[in-house]
Amino acid sequence: MGELQKNTRFEHLLRLADTNLILGHRMSEWIGKSPILEEELALTNIGLDLIGQARALYEHAVAVSGEEDNRDADDLVFLRDAPEYKNLLLVERENGDFAHTMVRQMFYSAFAVPVWEALTRSVDSEVAGIAGRAEKESLYHLRHASEWILRMGDGTEESHQRVQDAVDALWMYTGEMFDMDEVETAAFEAGHGVDLTAVRSEWEKTVREVLTAATLDYPEDCWMLKGGRTGKHTEHLGHLLSDMQFLQRAYPGQKW
Amino acid sequence: MYSQGLMGVEETPGGEQDLLDRFQARIDAGEKIEPNDEMPEAYRKTLIRQMSQHAHSEIVGVYPEANWVTRAPTLRRKLQAMAKIQDEFGHGLYIYSAAETLGVSREEMVGQLLSGKAKYSSVFNYPTLNWADLAVIGWLGDGAAIMNQIPLCRCSYGPYARAMVLVCKEESFHQRQGYEAMVALMNGSPEQKAMGQDAVNRWWWPIMMMFGPHDADSPNTETGVKWKIKNFTNDELRQKFIKATVPQAKLIGIEIPDPDLRFNEETGDWEHGEIDWDEFWSVVKGQGPCNHDRITARRKAHAEGAWVLEAAQAYAAKQAARNAA
Repeated sequence: MGELQKNTRFEHLLRLADTNLILGHRMSEWIGKSPILEEELALTNIGLDLIGQARALYEHAVAVSGEEDNRDADDLVFLRDAPEYKNLLLVERENGDFAHTMVRQMFYSAFAVPVWEALTRSVDSEVAGIAGRAEKESLYHLRHASEWILRMGDGTEESHQRVQDAVDALWMYTGEMFDMDEVETAAFEAGHGVDLTAVRSEWEKTVREVLTAATLDYPEDCWMLKGGRTGKHTEHLGHLLSDMQFLQRAYPGQKW
Repeated sequence: MYSQGLMGVEETPGGEQDLLDRFQARIDAGEKIEPNDEMPEAYRKTLIRQMSQHAHSEIVGVYPEANWVTRAPTLRRKLQAMAKIQDEFGHGLYIYSAAETLGVSREEMVGQLLSGKAKYSSVFNYPTLNWADLAVIGWLGDGAAIMNQIPLCRCSYGPYARAMVLVCKEESFHQRQGYEAMVALMNGSPEQKAMGQDAVNRWWWPIMMMFGPHDADSPNTETGVKWKIKNFTNDELRQKFIKATVPQAKLIGIEIPDPDLRFNEETGDWEHGEIDWDEFWSVVKGQGPCNHDRITARRKAHAEGAWVLEAAQAYAAKQAARNAA
């Protein structure tokens, strides 16, 4: 097991952090718009978990990068433009209706659970610690989203159609999660990362179980879009950033 | 955040004199009234109205904050804003549940909010125009709410009093958090200081109005005090709030936008300028800057979420049928 290059290690942490931050931000966009009061609490809670995970990872990434890079966690969040963001495409997709949001969450959490589980064995003890808590949180997110998908899929004709549409629309963004590019491979080989090809079979099993129970069709193989981890995003990310980064951009260099 | 206590209550104690006497004796002995206890109908109705207004206020009060939550300037402020909003939804849920012990359903209460029949605190009908508004809502808005709600921890209705214990702990935290965010702005750049002062200029009077009409114009107060569902009058609470707030404002260089505000050495009270009650009543009656937006947002969430609830009900019915088979 070789030593992981510092910039690869930083990049690997950033990918994880960005994905959780962007999905957490999407949850905050639901505030005041949820179908029921209990769900206002749940969605905000999921958002808080995700942004909390992201914050821990950014702070660690800052520590890892050391003196060569003087950006702090807030700089990473509020002062990078879209091409520098390394999140998965799936999580930047707009909320859409409640079905879209729950399917996006289920697709991501079904991936996050085995990823965090594997990361509890990371040689980086800081990451292993973050992963221990995040795994528990992600299990709850997966259960929450799956329960709703069950109700929507096996609910009314309208809800069935909406949730099937969401599954079909978001499917093309799921493939890149398992892509072992140079950074993921190097991180895995050095004991910092995860074998994402192994995660794929677990993900497929989870998703198939949820969709089948919800009387939904498991989509056929299709062209998978990728690019999130290398900064090639969809149109949706830029608008999210212009909203999220407004104050830091309009009033640079201030303490809040 | 908070409700405008006892607004629009017309009922006066009526019904059987015996019941009223027995009930008053229990109240005077400091006993808590519990859901299954006998109570005058006017007491029950007044509490339903007060508690549902309070719960509605917690829910509608989220919108002015939600307007800035996605634009919070740091990770810390982002997490704070989301956690505060989550607390408020929790308060709403908790208070609706406490109100349900009086024999009214949440659906019914929410229906009254959506139809415009039920009121919520008029302060939420003002807009949040810059980031400092979130700090001011915490510092002054929640600060005013605490003045009202701490006495409610000792109110005569058990479920409401117990709910208020938790709510007050969280509101006190929000108040300190809001002030801390305000301190950061007032220690910041000239633009940040201007944001802070601008926010106070816009929120001060609506927050003064949160305490409700002057005692002389507030016929509900007497009954409320007698039944221990209101332990201080509107003017007493307003006075407590000013006393607590003036030194906090001074410390961070905030000017209170009331040229007539002055301390009366003889009475030991603060005297303040005239509150614009015409504005207050027009906002209460629906003509505030954001009344339409707030209720529209609430109705939209309800309408757009209807298919989700229908799905959950359909699924539950299917499950019940499967289990019965």
